Amino acid sequence: MHRRFFLQAASAGLLASMGGTRLAFATTPGDKRFVFIFLRGGLDGLHALAPVGDPRYAQLRPNLALEASQTVSLDGYFGLHPALSGLAPLFEANEMAFIPAASTRYRNRSHFDGQNMLENGSGRPFGARDGWLNRAILGLNEGDRRLGLALGPSVPLVLRGSADIQTYAHSPLPEVDDDFLARLGNLYRNDPVFAQAFRAAQGAADPAMAGMIDGPLANQDFAVSARVAAEYLVRDDGPRIAVMEMQGWDTHIGQLGRLNRLLSGLSQGITDLRAGLGDAWQNTVVVVASEFGRTAAENGNYGTDHGTGGLAMVAGGAVSGGQIAGDWPGLSARSLFEGRDVAALNDCESIFKAVLIGHLGLDEGYVERVVFPDSQTSGPMHGLIRT
Amino acid sequence: MRDIASFIALNRFGMGAAPGDAALIATDPQGWVLNQIMPEIRVPRLYRTRQRSDDILRGIYEARAESREAGSEATRVAYRSEFNPSLVTRARLTIASNTPFVDRMTLFWSNHFTVSNTRRIIAPAIPAYEREVIVPRIFGRFADLLKAVVRHPCMLVYLDNATSMGPASRVGRAQARRGNPHALNENLAREILELHTLGVGGGYTQADIVSFAKVISGWSHGGVRYRPGEHVVHGGFEFRRDFHEPGPKTILGRTYDENGEQEGIDVLDDLARHPATARHIATKLVRHFVADDPPEGAVDQIARVFLDTDGDLAEVTRAVVQLNQAWADPLAKVKTAYEFVIAVHRSAGRIRATRQDIFQPLRLLGQFPFTAPSPQGWGDTAAHWIAPEALMRRVEWARRFSARLPSSLVPQQFLDDVIGPVASDAVHTWVGRAPSPDAALALIFASPEFQRR
Repeated sequence: MHRRFFLQAASAGLLASMGGTRLAFATTPGDKRFVFIFLRGGLDGLHALAPVGDPRYAQLRPNLALEASQTVSLDGYFGLHPALSGLAPLFEANEMAFIPAASTRYRNRSHFDGQNMLENGSGRPFGARDGWLNRAILGLNEGDRRLGLALGPSVPLVLRGSADIQTYAHSPLPEVDDDFLARLGNLYRNDPVFAQAFRAAQGAADPAMAGMIDGPLANQDFAVSARVAAEYLVRDDGPRIAVMEMQGWDTHIGQLGRLNRLLSGLSQGITDLRAGLGDAWQNTVVVVASEFGRTAAENGNYGTDHGTGGLAMVAGGAVSGGQIAGDWPGLSARSLFEGRDVAALNDCESIFKAVLIGHLGLDEGYVERVVFPDSQTSGPMHGLIRT
Repeated sequence: MRDIASFIALNRFGMGAAPGDAALIATDPQGWVLNQIMPEIRVPRLYRTRQRSDDILRGIYEARAESREAGSEATRVAYRSEFNPSLVTRARLTIASNTPFVDRMTLFWSNHFTVSNTRRIIAPAIPAYEREVIVPRIFGRFADLLKAVVRHPCMLVYLDNATSMGPASRVGRAQARRGNPHALNENLAREILELHTLGVGGGYTQADIVSFAKVISGWSHGGVRYRPGEHVVHGGFEFRRDFHEPGPKTILGRTYDENGEQEGIDVLDDLARHPATARHIATKLVRHFVADDPPEGAVDQIARVFLDTDGDLAEVTRAVVQLNQAWADPLAKVKTAYEFVIAVHRSAGRIRATRQDIFQPLRLLGQFPFTAPSPQGWGDTAAHWIAPEALMRRVEWARRFSARLPSSLVPQQFLDDVIGPVASDAVHTWVGRAPSPDAALALIFASPEFQRR
């Protein structure tokens, strides 16, 4: 089946083909850009940025651990997953930093609560109905300009609130990610009518295996989003803050192939952003985060389960890169949180605060009071933004 | 949701579970359905700003009397101002309805008496046709429903009867002299026999079709001008004696003497109480409420009620609701695309559906109202609706729609509220493991349990 082929067609001159979308452009915005990439499902930080210098790593993950020789060594201890090798030049150019052992203040393991925490900024899963980034936009220009851009069919919680947000979705019905389809296949297994139609739609693959197949269509939405985001952000009168999402990171089963594909999509998206932003890249910060990390040890299904400390990434010309930032607890049995997860020593809130205050120039008092209330213990991370 | 019977009441007989429905049903799901069978169904007040069908049509006919271009323009304007807004209102009413069985029976009969928008000139009036002709009669006598439908200009134009004329009628003879002897159109007569009453194999012949077409020749409307300078008087039914074939006609062995307009009424009354009609209607009802393959016993039972009550649809419908087979397998049927979209919106509760929320999925899922591909209407079996691409579109739309639902919806609770009693272990498991709340909601919408009824 050849579905959604117009995506390829749309890649040439995206703006030109978007005659139907009505985006309002601000007249005199500042030149700082911020892109937040939300990896939903819980990124396995130990697989993306592997602590290959720690002998415990291979012990915890006999089947999943990357060999040091497979990775791109960053500092002799951490090695970058080969699918992320496209990011190594950014690291070399001091335009990219990695923050392992990162998480919100959330310490349980529910996706729903964890994502709410990462997005509402209140410190409680249901502590606010709007998103911290929307409140930040209100502080930047009192919300009268559409500074925020959501790429995707809907505005994610992190951008929801009283400040108006622009949205861009490149197709009326975006494709559903492979991970979702794989899960759905399980629901259809015992209903022949649905199972048969579903199998046929997948090109005769076993529905349960759909997530494991290296399909070229996976995360095409993300690739298009990255190019579109760059085209909008680069404009003098365009939005200044964009949020992109990637689904499918909840890798309980057979994670090697899936992460390979997801990470390479992520890497491509970031390098596309850089290319598309041109000179504006110098005034840009991109933050990549997930609601939590995964267990330090692998499970019995060649996957990993919900954990705590994960991995955040920061990229952009305005980033003080070339460093593994924040603290690292190591993988010794004693240092693992509750005996199973990487301890979360670095708060995502600290990263966001550094961007809001140090990069976008938002008033620190406003950030503490309104954007991330009750979070004084997580001060802005130092040395992350180029000054 | 309390039990399987509640699920059946809300989905098979209703239009999907909405917040608060459980309280309405209380402990008597079947009683809740039966109580919705009322002799008089009122047209909702939300339609009060809409025009009546004969006003819509008169406006169009009047414009067309001026020029073809003016007629086309008037049709376009009326389509925008009446057709589309009516469909939004119609969907919103069903989404909010406390008597969804009434909505379902309206859809059933509207589909049985399909008029589609392929004939542009009457298209703007089709929603009005449904609410003026179908809605008030869904629990009335079948004969009255049939006659009202066949006399409506929408049906008369859709199935080409408005300008059908008997070969021996005054105008028909004039046509023949001008070298156009084939003025009799059999379409409406054929479809009434095949689709609306007796059904395929109902025992009629081609000769019956021709006779019946002659009987209803002259059944037309106020917008048909056949003499220059004649003015459009109204947009409703009009019997044109000049088109009507004179003389006696024989249909299904009974001869009807020449009696003008009344001939058609008499034939329709006879067709409405014919055993083949009883069986045809019973089969469709049982297919809709029991299984794609309607069990013989249930069909017999309903057909008998139909005959015994002279087609009293309140009694017939009551008997359908009381069929044991209708309460046996809760997942026997698949929701059509329209039912699916409405059910998703109903479950979402307080979200007010925009026109785009309604129109886009209906277009993408292939069931925009009043666009059925043929007079046969939309199919009513799983095979019609669960094809590969169609299923993927449902999944994609559900996935996107779920992302817009309020984060206050708790997936496990939502699951219990909409499909709880019939949800498989797999649904519980995978909803519980979903990577985000909106993915969990989308899994619920995409589950076979939600898509079935």
